[in-house]
Amino acid sequence: MEKTKYKNLVNKHTPKEDVFYNAIIAFITGGIMGIIGQGLIDFYAYYLTISTKEATVCMLVTLIFISCLFTSIGFFDKWVNFAKCGLIIPITGFAHATMSAALEYRKEGMVLGVGANMLKLSGAVIIFGVVSAWTFSLIRMLLGAI
Amino acid sequence: MIYLNAFLFAGIICAIGQVILDKTKLTPGHITVIFVVIGAFLDIFDIYDKFVLWAGGGALVPITSFGHMLTHGAIMGYNDQGLMGLFIGAFDLTSAGICATIIFSFFLSIIFEPKD
Repeated sequence: MEKTKYKNLVNKHTPKEDVFYNAIIAFITGGIMGIIGQGLIDFYAYYLTISTKEATVCMLVTLIFISCLFTSIGFFDKWVNFAKCGLIIPITGFAHATMSAALEYRKEGMVLGVGANMLKLSGAVIIFGVVSAWTFSLIRMLLGAI
Repeated sequence: MIYLNAFLFAGIICAIGQVILDKTKLTPGHITVIFVVIGAFLDIFDIYDKFVLWAGGGALVPITSFGHMLTHGAIMGYNDQGLMGLFIGAFDLTSAGICATIIFSFFLSIIFEPKD
């Protein structure tokens, strides 16, 4: 009885998220990020006369640098709060997580603060990415062998 | 035309992530991990390469492309160097992203003070 009462109380006071509105905002901001990515690829490929593959690397590095810079200046957090997944799912979210962890732990020192905690949030992405990529490649390899 | 495809593809992925975030109790960290694993999975049979051809930058900007590049590198390493290539090649394509993130974060965290 006590538990259900508590649950009702929690449900009553949890802020209601407007799912449709949030999804539209994420759709538009994510789409704009996609357009910026494609625009940067075309820009680098045209003006530096490099292949699309190299232009892709330049594009990723540019986006990472911009989101790191804006996070350290301080207003990228507000954008992420507004757009949520529209900026978390693109590569900017990865850079934002790393940069904010580095800034947050800086006062604990260079080695044990920044060095030990920088990949605290984005480390999950690298670990799970490598484990799943390795496993899936092994599966592909075994399938190819048969 | 590729700009429209890029807008649609990146937008739909972000909207799906946002719906998952709102409807369940998962945190943004869980969502990014889920999308990386999906991207790595879609690369087994080169499905993600077709998305990249269709949407261009729209398919390369979301975090799914991170998983796609990891699997792609591991498979390329296997084709070039055999079994050890699975270990050698995994970071071939993604090292630019990881290195850039770590280097920029390190130097900018020296320059800037945290703002609360």
